[in-house]
This record gives sequence, structure tokens and C-alpha cells, in this order.
Amino acid sequence: MKKLSLPLKRVRREAWISIFSVVFVISLWEAVVDLGWVNSTFFPSPSTIARATVDSLASGELTGHISITMARMFAGFFAGAASGLVIGLAMGWSKEVRAFLDPIVSVTYPLPKIALLPLIILLVGIGEGPVIMIVALGAFFPVLVNCVAGVASIEPIYFDVARNYGSGKLKTFARVVLPGSLPMALAGLRLALGMSLLLTVVVEMSIATKGLGAMLWLSWQTFRIEKIYVAIVIIAILGLLLNWLLGLAGKRLAPWREAR
Amino acid sequence: MKVNCHQVSKLFNTRNGDILALENMSLQTEEQEFVCILGPSGCGKTTLLRIIAGLLKPTEGKIRYEGNKSQDGPSTALVFQEHGVFPWMNVIDNVCFGLETRGIAKGDRCRMAMPLIEKMGLVRFTKNYPHQLSSGMKQRVGLARALVSGADILLMDEPFAALDAQMRLIMQEQLLEIHREYHKSVIYVTHDIEEAIMLADRIILMTARPGQVKNEIKVSLPRPRNVNGQNASEFVKMKTEIWGQIREEVEQGIRQPL
Repeated sequence: MKKLSLPLKRVRREAWISIFSVVFVISLWEAVVDLGWVNSTFFPSPSTIARATVDSLASGELTGHISITMARMFAGFFAGAASGLVIGLAMGWSKEVRAFLDPIVSVTYPLPKIALLPLIILLVGIGEGPVIMIVALGAFFPVLVNCVAGVASIEPIYFDVARNYGSGKLKTFARVVLPGSLPMALAGLRLALGMSLLLTVVVEMSIATKGLGAMLWLSWQTFRIEKIYVAIVIIAILGLLLNWLLGLAGKRLAPWREAR
Repeated sequence: MKVNCHQVSKLFNTRNGDILALENMSLQTEEQEFVCILGPSGCGKTTLLRIIAGLLKPTEGKIRYEGNKSQDGPSTALVFQEHGVFPWMNVIDNVCFGLETRGIAKGDRCRMAMPLIEKMGLVRFTKNYPHQLSSGMKQRVGLARALVSGADILLMDEPFAALDAQMRLIMQEQLLEIHREYHKSVIYVTHDIEEAIMLADRIILMTARPGQVKNEIKVSLPRPRNVNGQNASEFVKMKTEIWGQIREEVEQGIRQPL
């Protein structure tokens, strides 16, 4: 018990510092605007933005944008993450598959996926297709790369144990490769989710008429500064929420990881 | 079951040239015998154990397993240092792994494993993950897994080297108890002379690389043994004698490139 209470106390102290930092920045911003040190048309105060956000949420105008953005993001994320998981594990496990796919991955991985947008529109036409494809591509690579690294990070001793106890290929995959690479795969999924949100918004800004990204860009073009901030706030909150949810899911899926 | 290693050699091809780890190593064990393989570090002890376990193929020579097995299942089970248990499985799943690979249903596995889990004092921890256990307990999980698998021969590679000195003594006593109770053969690799004398029926002394049998020493100390026996004059005499023999091998081993 004594051992536990010490880090717990420290964690609580650090949490207070984090809360203070948020409160501090928001109050500073509020003060600077209220004192008239900056132009409140371009830099509305946090309270104004909060009010505008609540208003647009209440009017139902935002819900449509949010659900469209989320639907696109999740469609792309699941498609990309699932294929990244499968191909990544295959590459991690089989030297042959890795040798075959490594050069292709190395060339396409560093490419900014958004640069492919015109080509993809040429190929599949305008509509939901290109949005989801770009997002899927963005989610695919972090998952893939982390899965490969995850399998590589499994200590050889665990494969020895499996072999010594007569474990077949499938059993070894299910009981060693999959759980052994899971912590890193989860880290990849987290990166991929962030990337998916980012790319959804970016693509929406350039080619969509609905969704948070489209709303943001339209507000800019019609010079409704407040709404730009509303969109940014909503995107930030979504990002935070998604990350937190995935963290929870990770704890559920990999309970053996030591609590840090 | 007995193991018969006949003139086993193992050559590793590495980037820095070939390394001959074992040369014409021959070794026979008897039923239920406790054999300790003692040698300087880098003498190929672990390589020999991995060959006996079937994880490595010898470059030359043969391994034969003779005699009837008491149960079906693998003939050998390796017990590694504490990190040999799967961190992603709880205690019961780790212990049952050897049964799981044999396709035994979950309920039956648990029933077969429970007596050993009790014996090892792990009953309260069956749902715990290894990171929640002490290193001594992790080692007991590894030992239970080997015993539950039904293997006749336990292959142990310095299993207690990572434990602190006191825990090591306790684990050694427990291992002796298990050896007596479960009628297993044990091949135990170590570089700790006292440990070898305390545990073994017979000590195989190995030379520096390439590993060969330097000498065989019968340990006639009466069983059951425990830590208190380490002060007996016979024990001390044997220790001095073995150290005299192994010293030159250690010194030669130091001069070798890695």
C-alpha cells in the first residue's frame, strides 16, 4: 500500500498542474481579448467561441457536419487499419512477404497522401470515394509499419517456447505473434486515428460541401470568423475524445501491459 | 526416458567466420537422473540444451531419446529464465500452454493443471499476469508449465540465474522436491558450482569452446538434500576439486574472442 500511495500522489499533483495549464491559457486569452489588446473580430474570446459553439450545436446545424465527418473518417480508418493490420502482420511474420512488399512500402510510405487527391479523383470520380480512399491510405501506413515493428520486437525466446511445446504455425500466430505485436499495433492504430481525422478535414476543405472541414473553409470564404473557431474547437474535441476512447480500448485488449 | 547424444558437433556460420560451439560431445542420461552441465560461459552449454530440445539441428552427430514415455505429449520441456513465460497470458494460460498445443479442451486443461498450481503456491494468482508476479513466482509458473506438459525430461537453462541469492536457494530446494516427487529426468545447465553439487546426481564438466566433455563427477551426497548440506565437508571438498578443474577452462575462455 505504501508503495502505491507515493506514485498516486505524484500523479494527482501532475494532473492538477495540467488542469492549471489549461485554465491559465484560456484565462490569459480571455483577458487579452476583453482588455482590447487584440482585435476581437479576428481573435474572439473563449467565452464568445463557447457560446457560438453551444448555439450551433443547439440549432442542429453542427450535428449534420459532425456525423458526415465522422462517417467518412471511420469508413476510411477501418478500411485502412484493417488492411494495414493484415498486411503488416504478414510482413512481420514472413520474410518472403516482407522482402516482396518492403520496396513498395518504402517508396509509398513517405508520400503525403493528400498529394494523390487529384489522381484519385481522376480514377474514381468526385464524391465520397476519394475522401475515404485518402483517409484509408493515411490510416494504412502507420498501422502497417507498427505491425511489422511489433512482430519484430517479439523476443525470440517466446518462439522457442512455442516450438518446444509443439505449437503449430496457426497456434504460434494466435498465441505469440498476435498478442506479442498488439501493444505496438495499438500504438499504430492511435497514430492512424489521428491521421484519419486530419486527412478527413483536409480533404473536406478542398473538395466537400458538407462536413466540418467544408464548414470551416466555407466560413473562411464568407468571412464568418466565429464559425471558423467553432469548427476548430469541435475538431479538437473530437480528436481528444477519439484518442481517449482508443486508449480505453487498448487497456481492454492488452491488460498485460504494465501500468505506466 | 533417457537421452543419448552421440558425438554431437555444432558449427555456427556467422559474419565474423565460423564458430565451432560443440565438438564431438557425447552424453547419456539415465532414467530419472539429475544431470548438471557445468562449464565456463560461452562453452556451448546452452547450444547443447537447445539441440536436445530440438530447437537446433546438430551439424554432426545424433540425439536419441530412449525408453518409454509415461504419457503422451512432448518428450522434453525447456525451462527458461523468468522471461520465458508469456507476458500476455495469465498464470493459468501460461501453465496450460503445453496442454493447449496438444488440443486439450480448456476445462480439462485447468483440471490437469490445478494440482501443480496448488503445489507451486500459485492458486491465488491464476488470473494474474506475469508483470504482477515476483521473479520467483514467474519461475514457478515456467516450472509448472513444463511439468504439466507431461514431458519426461526437463531441460533447464540457468533457470534461477536471475533470481536473488536467497530466492535461488528456495527454488533449488523446491526443484529437488519436484524431481523426487514427479520422477522426471533433468538436464540442468549452470555455471554455478555449488548449485551443481547441490542438485545433481552427476556433473558433466565442459571445456571452453569448442565444448567437449572434460570430466564427469558423480555426486554421492545423500538425498534428500537441502541448503544445510552445503557446509558438509564432502560438499566443500567437491567444490574445491571442481573449481580446480574448471578454473583453467574459464581462463582459456577469457582469451577467446566472443
